[in-house]
Amino acid sequence: MPNTAGQQEKLLARIGISSVEELFQDIPESVRLQGALKVRGGMSEQELVKLVKGLARENGDLEEYTSYLGAGAYEHYIPSFVDQLLLRSEFYTAYTPYQPEISQGTLQAIYEYQTLVCELTGMDAANASMYDGASALAEAALMSCDATRRRTVLVSQTVHPEYREVLKTYLPARGVEIREIPYKEGRLDTEVLAQALNKEVAGVVTQVPNFFGGIESGEEVAALAHAQGALLVASVNPVSLGLLKSPGEYGADIVTGEGQPFGNPLNFGGPYLGFLACREKYVRRMPGRIVGATTDKNGLKGYVLTLQAREQHIRREKATSNICSNEALCALAFTLHLSALGKSGLRRLANLNLQKAHYAAAGIAAVPGMDLAFPGAFFHEFVIKVEKEPAKVNAELLQNKIIGGLDLSRFYPELDHHLLFCVTETKSKSDIDRLVARLGDIR
Amino acid sequence: MRVLEPLIFEQSAEGRTGVDLPELDVPGEDAASLVPEEMLRQTEAELPEVSEVDAVRHFTRLSTFNHGVDTGFYPLGSCTMKYNPKVNETLARLPGFINLHPYQPEELTQGALRLMSELQDDLAEITGMDAFTLQPAAGAHGEMTGILIIKAYHQNRRDAKRTKVIVPDSAHGTNPATAAMAGFQIIQVPSDERGGVNLEELRKVANEEVAALMLTNPNTLGLFDENIAEIARIIHEVGGLVYYDGANANAIMGWARPGDMGFDAVHINLHKTFSTPHGGGGPGAGPVGVKEFLAPFLPKPLVKRKENGKYTLDYDRPLSIGRVRAFYASFSVLVKAYAYIRGLGGEGLKKASENAVLNANFLMSVLKEPCHLPYDRVCQHEFVITPKNLKSYGVHTLDLAKRLLDYGYHPPTIYFPLIVEEAMMIEPTETESLETLERFAETMIKIAEEVRTDVDLVKNAPHTTLVSRLDEVAAARKPDIRWKKSE
Repeated sequence: MPNTAGQQEKLLARIGISSVEELFQDIPESVRLQGALKVRGGMSEQELVKLVKGLARENGDLEEYTSYLGAGAYEHYIPSFVDQLLLRSEFYTAYTPYQPEISQGTLQAIYEYQTLVCELTGMDAANASMYDGASALAEAALMSCDATRRRTVLVSQTVHPEYREVLKTYLPARGVEIREIPYKEGRLDTEVLAQALNKEVAGVVTQVPNFFGGIESGEEVAALAHAQGALLVASVNPVSLGLLKSPGEYGADIVTGEGQPFGNPLNFGGPYLGFLACREKYVRRMPGRIVGATTDKNGLKGYVLTLQAREQHIRREKATSNICSNEALCALAFTLHLSALGKSGLRRLANLNLQKAHYAAAGIAAVPGMDLAFPGAFFHEFVIKVEKEPAKVNAELLQNKIIGGLDLSRFYPELDHHLLFCVTETKSKSDIDRLVARLGDIR
Repeated sequence: MRVLEPLIFEQSAEGRTGVDLPELDVPGEDAASLVPEEMLRQTEAELPEVSEVDAVRHFTRLSTFNHGVDTGFYPLGSCTMKYNPKVNETLARLPGFINLHPYQPEELTQGALRLMSELQDDLAEITGMDAFTLQPAAGAHGEMTGILIIKAYHQNRRDAKRTKVIVPDSAHGTNPATAAMAGFQIIQVPSDERGGVNLEELRKVANEEVAALMLTNPNTLGLFDENIAEIARIIHEVGGLVYYDGANANAIMGWARPGDMGFDAVHINLHKTFSTPHGGGGPGAGPVGVKEFLAPFLPKPLVKRKENGKYTLDYDRPLSIGRVRAFYASFSVLVKAYAYIRGLGGEGLKKASENAVLNANFLMSVLKEPCHLPYDRVCQHEFVITPKNLKSYGVHTLDLAKRLLDYGYHPPTIYFPLIVEEAMMIEPTETESLETLERFAETMIKIAEEVRTDVDLVKNAPHTTLVSRLDEVAAARKPDIRWKKSE
C-alpha cells in the first residue's frame, strides 16, 4: 500500500471528509464488524518466507520419493524455459483479454493453444480451456444433451472415478440422467453398452486410455453410439496422442481431457486445465472463451475473443455455461511445452512412456504373487493384482522412498488387491529395476 | 497479410524439436510391437517444429504485446487488479508444494493439508462463515457450488417447490448463468434510485418458490446496500437462502462480514481479493463458505484436523453435493492467498480494504465533475461513471476506453453494469499511489477535452497500440479459430 500517511490525509481532504470511518457510513451499525479480525499474520517478507517454507518442509515431495502414481495427475519433466516464460509478468498479471489491442500476446497464445488441441484430438474447434479434465468432461456431456435434445448420458465405469463424481454433480442438476456401463476385463463392456443404448441417449462418455491404463477401442463405441444418434464424448490423455489414434480418427464428436501433463507440475492436484474440442457443427454450443483471428482497420492481422453470444456476460441465464475465468496460464504452460516438443518430440515422449511402462509391467508381473490384472494394450499405466495386502506392499516401498501404485479398492471395492501403476519418462531403467527388486523383497 | 508475429506453426522446419529428451534406456521396441496397429495414430498431428530458442523468442515477443498489472495501472472494475506480490510466486513454486502428487500418502502431505486447513479457517473468520471448501476453481465455479449446496439443502428438507433464484438487475452475468446451470428459473429484481435492491419489488417476488437470492454487496455499482439486513430477512421469511457473490469483497475486509449481514453461503475470489494473479484469464480459485447448517452439503473431500493434530481429507460426508472437480483445489493459488493473508494479518487486511475504498472515493471525487455519476454517494472499492454527456459529440464509452490505451492505461470495465447507460466501472485498488491516481484522473480530464477539440482523435483511438481496433463482427461471422496447414 503505497500511500503515505500524509497522502492519506490529502485523499481525505479532497473527498471532503475527515476520517476513513466516514467512507463506511453506508454499512449499518448492526452489521458492522465489532473488533478485529482474528487472522494471524502481519509480518515481513523474510519472516513470511520462513513460515511458508516450514509448511513446505512438512511434505515429502517427489524430489525425495520416487513415485509410481498417475490416475489423472502425471509426473513429467518440464523443461526449464516453460516456467521462465510463465513468469513473464505481462502474461501472468494480465486479466482476461477484454481489450484486444493490448492483449495480443495472450490472444495469439490461446489461438495457438486451440490449434494444438485440435491437431492432437483431430477435432475442428477447441475453446480456451476449462477448469480441469473432470469439469471439462461434465460440460461436454451437457453439450451432447443440448446437441441431441436428449437427457440421458451413458458413462463407462472405466472413466476416472472422480470425473464420474463430477458428472454426478453437474448433470442431474440440469435434469440429465446418468447411467454407468460396467467394465469387463478392464475395458468398457460393449455388449452392455449396446443394450443400454437407445434413442433417448444423448452421449456415451468414455476415457482413452481408460482409468486402468487400457486402450479402449474408440471405433466400436463410436459406431454403437452413432447408430442410435448419440454422440461419443471422449476423455483422453494428451501425451498418449503422440502415438495413439486420435479421437477424430475413431469418430468422437466431443473430446476433452486433462492438459496437466504438458507444462504443469503436479501441484497437489491443481491448478490444472481441461481442454475441450469438438466437431465444427457443435462450435456454437461450446462453453467458455474462444479466440478468433480477424484484422484491424489497417489490414493488420489480430486476435479477439469471439462467438461471445454464447457466454454468460451477454446471454446471462441462456448462456451455454456460467464459466468465466478459466485456466489461461495453465493453457499457456501446455502451449509452451507442447510447442517445443513438436511432432518428433511428442512422438518420442509418448514412446518413452509406453516402453518404460511395459518394461516395468513385465518386471513386476515376473515377481511371484504379482500379475497383470487385465489383458490387452495399455499406454503408461497398468493394473497389478497382488496377493499380499496392498497397504503392506506400499508401506514397505515407502520405507525405501518409493511411492507405489494406487490402491484401487479406494474406488472399486471389487478390485481389492489391485494396484494401478504409472511409469513416465521420469523413471530411469535403474529406478524401475529398484522398484521391481523391492517388490520382490517383500515377504 | 501483415502480422505482428507469425504463428509458432509457421516457424517449423521438418524434424526439429525444442526439447532434449533422454534416450530410451530400457530394451526398446517400437510402438507397433506393443499396441495393435488399429489403435495407432494414422494422421500425424501438425505440431510446430521449432528449437528451444525459437520457442522462447516467439513467446517472449508475444508477452510484450500484453499489458499486465506490472506494466501499468489496471483499474478494471469488478476484477480487483491489485499488485501481485512477487514473494508469493516464489513460495508457490517451492518443491515441497509443486512436486506433490494428489494421491500420495497423507503422512507426506501434512504441510499442504495444514495450509489448506488454516486457509479455510481464515476465510471463515474474514467472511463470518462457519465452514469452507477450497475446491472451486473460479468465482463462477464457486457460485455453482454454492447454489448446488442450497439446492441440496432444500431437497434434504423435502422441499421440492423451490424452483426459482432471484438476482438483481445489476448482477454479474455469472449469477443468472449459474442458477440456470443448477436447474433454476431466474427472477430479476430491479434496483432502486439509490442503486440498491428495490425492496418493494423484492417483496413481490419473494415467495415459497424461491430457493435463493444471489447478491453482491457492495454491489456492481460499488455501493453498499444499506438494506442488506432487511433483504436477508425478506428472503429468509419465505424460507429462501441468501447467497453472497464475493467478487467485491475487497471493499469490506475487517469492516463487515457477509456472515453478519445475513448471508448463508458465500464465494470468495482468491484471484481478486487475495492478490493471486489472474494469469490472463485464470487459474483463479473460488472457495465457498457456508453457515453451520449448510456445512453437511459442502463438496467432498474436506480438509479436517484430527484430534491428534494431524490433518486428513474427510470423504465421509453423506449429504455432500459431491465433487465439482477432480482432486482437491487449485493448490498453488491457495499457497499464494495463504501467503498474502499471513503477510498482512487481520489488521493489514482491514487496512487494504480501507485504502481500496479511500482510493476509489478520491478518484470518484476528482472525476465526478467531468464525468457524470449515476449515483452520487460514497462508493466502496469501485464506482461507476456514465460519460453520456459526451454522446452529443458522437463519442461513446468504448471510444474513451480505447483512447485510454494510447496513454498506457488498461481501461476500466465498460458497459457493465447493464443498468447504467454507457457505464464505465473504475476500481483503482489499494496498491495504487496518489500519484498514479492523479495522473489517471488528469488523463481522463484531458480526453474529455479532446472530445471537444479533436473528436476524431478519440473516435479513431487507439493510435499508439500495436494493432488498432479489430473487426469483431467479422471474427464472429466467419470464425477463424485455429491454424490449418495449407494443402
